[in-house]
Amino acid sequence: MKIIVCIKQVPNTTEIKIDPVTNTLKRDGVPSIINPDDKTAIEAALQLKEKCGATVTVITMGPMQAEKALREALAMGADEAFLLTDRAFAGSDTLATSTIIAAAIKKLGADVVFCGRQAIDGDTAQVGPQIAEHLGIPQITYAAVVDYCNECDALIVKREFEDRYQTLKIQGQCLITILSTLAKPRYMNVWDIVAQDEKEIGLITFADLDLDKANIGLGGSPTKVKSTATKQFNKTIETLELDPESAAKAIVDALKERHLI
Amino acid sequence: MANYKSVLFEQMIKDFAETEVKPLAAEVDEQERFPAETVEKMAKMGMFGIIVPKEYEGAGGDYNMYISAVEELSKHCATTGVILSAHTSLCVAPILEYGNEEQRRKYLPDLASGRKLGAFGLTEPNAGTDAANQQTVAVEMEDHYLLNGSKIFITNAGYASTYIIIAITGKTPKGPEMSAFIVEKAFEGFSVGKKEKKMGIRGSATCELIFENVKVPKENLLGKRGDGFKIAMKTLDGGRIGIAAQALGIAEGALDSAIGYVKSRKQFGRSISQFQNTQFQLADMATKVAAAKGLVYAAVNAKQNKLPTLSVNAAQAKLFAAETAMDVTTKAVQLHGGYGYTREYPVERMMRDAKITEIYEGTSEVQRMVISGALLRK
Repeated sequence: MKIIVCIKQVPNTTEIKIDPVTNTLKRDGVPSIINPDDKTAIEAALQLKEKCGATVTVITMGPMQAEKALREALAMGADEAFLLTDRAFAGSDTLATSTIIAAAIKKLGADVVFCGRQAIDGDTAQVGPQIAEHLGIPQITYAAVVDYCNECDALIVKREFEDRYQTLKIQGQCLITILSTLAKPRYMNVWDIVAQDEKEIGLITFADLDLDKANIGLGGSPTKVKSTATKQFNKTIETLELDPESAAKAIVDALKERHLI
Repeated sequence: MANYKSVLFEQMIKDFAETEVKPLAAEVDEQERFPAETVEKMAKMGMFGIIVPKEYEGAGGDYNMYISAVEELSKHCATTGVILSAHTSLCVAPILEYGNEEQRRKYLPDLASGRKLGAFGLTEPNAGTDAANQQTVAVEMEDHYLLNGSKIFITNAGYASTYIIIAITGKTPKGPEMSAFIVEKAFEGFSVGKKEKKMGIRGSATCELIFENVKVPKENLLGKRGDGFKIAMKTLDGGRIGIAAQALGIAEGALDSAIGYVKSRKQFGRSISQFQNTQFQLADMATKVAAAKGLVYAAVNAKQNKLPTLSVNAAQAKLFAAETAMDVTTKAVQLHGGYGYTREYPVERMMRDAKITEIYEGTSEVQRMVISGALLRK
């Protein structure tokens, strides 16, 4: 089984601040990390590798700095890694991004594609499902468990919803988006940290893929961001000193007044 | 090109130390408990074989990575730091450096993968700083050496399966002839004696080793017969860098705790970080830590490049880092005031842990002897 894991390098949002004047993210000096859901997707793939001898290929699209995210994946135990990078890819929205990634997956070939559910910077959860659509393969989103059934040579995937689970058995090509609750990603290990140093990261550019420039990059992106705004918090605090019963009533009234309940 | 190996290693060890080691540190100290679960995790991640070449199941990493691991672990738990240091510097390194191919193939894979832990035995009740005054003897028989005697203050004792043991094998005109042996815990007649009740590094197992007619196969002689003292001294040169890194880590941990505390503690209506005394104390602590770090990594450089100054570099690193650890942890307790004296905060533990770094693997006085000896020989 060949698994391709799609990952994204994102700013560590726990350390990010928003410039109150320009309303933009202050990215300077903020360390980049592998998007948490994607890191769990790597873990899920490595667990399958241990169970049924799969090979794990990790890919990402981004500037050259994204190499670090790929090398971290190799240091966790992934077998190989590819960086999709080209000026023509810059400015891609989710649709254009998924077009490019799908083309790369087609070129590399995969039995199963893993993606994280969504990225902590964009929060769209669109790229995974879009890749599946481009590739014309089934997709299983919100996977909380991915297991391999030896007898039936199929993947058993448990999808998590707000109020229920759904368990699916699937054979053949598919794309699965992984929830970070699936497993705690393993640490990098010293053997693979040293070994990744001797591995090359494969570069995939526009020229390597079967793509139409009209569908990628800024020009190929139908999403146009007109403006972004920071949510303003109303910090007015009202202090009431009441006995418990009246306090409870006051809270309920206040919430009703604001149409929150 | 960026050195991803160092960057990724640093990221991994920081993350591991903060997530897995820090939360257990107080409990391990309080209960004087060997952190077996942490050791198991470290083994799975390859940390016990950082400096071991790949052909012996090691990671094939470098000394710098190993030392930064000891430093980072010791920031949060000095016990965990010394488990790695004693295993690597005192058992893995001498087998790697003085072992023959057969010995390396037999012992290194288990040690590198962490399936087995290593330890080292030189110190005896009457042979501390006077290491040449050994009483443990190994008598050469037909196909083995017969080992009798005891060792004390042995780090990782009991938990380790593989021990490097120094013993007397004869006499020379200059004094006793010493040799080094690889001794397995499973050898008949080998037993682990009394466990010490210590002031600090209380989770680390420190015990007596007893040898009663232990038959050590001749092929377990490490290096040549009579090389024991040299092997012990060279091994301790490496060990001292490990302990210096442990001391550095303890000092860094105490400094971090002090910075956090003084920012949150208010007296006289303001944060105590606004008082100049606090600021100057922190400045002095940070400066000493930086100087200690410089000496530790200068010694690492000497070790990696096999420089002739290694003994002096290691002695200077250990001397300065240990005294820095003692000074910085004492100041950190003082900055915490009464709270610092309680076990609510980690600094009292760090202060207790710091003291051992001025004593083991050569006291600060021994380091001064090594340094001045080299100066006056010129």
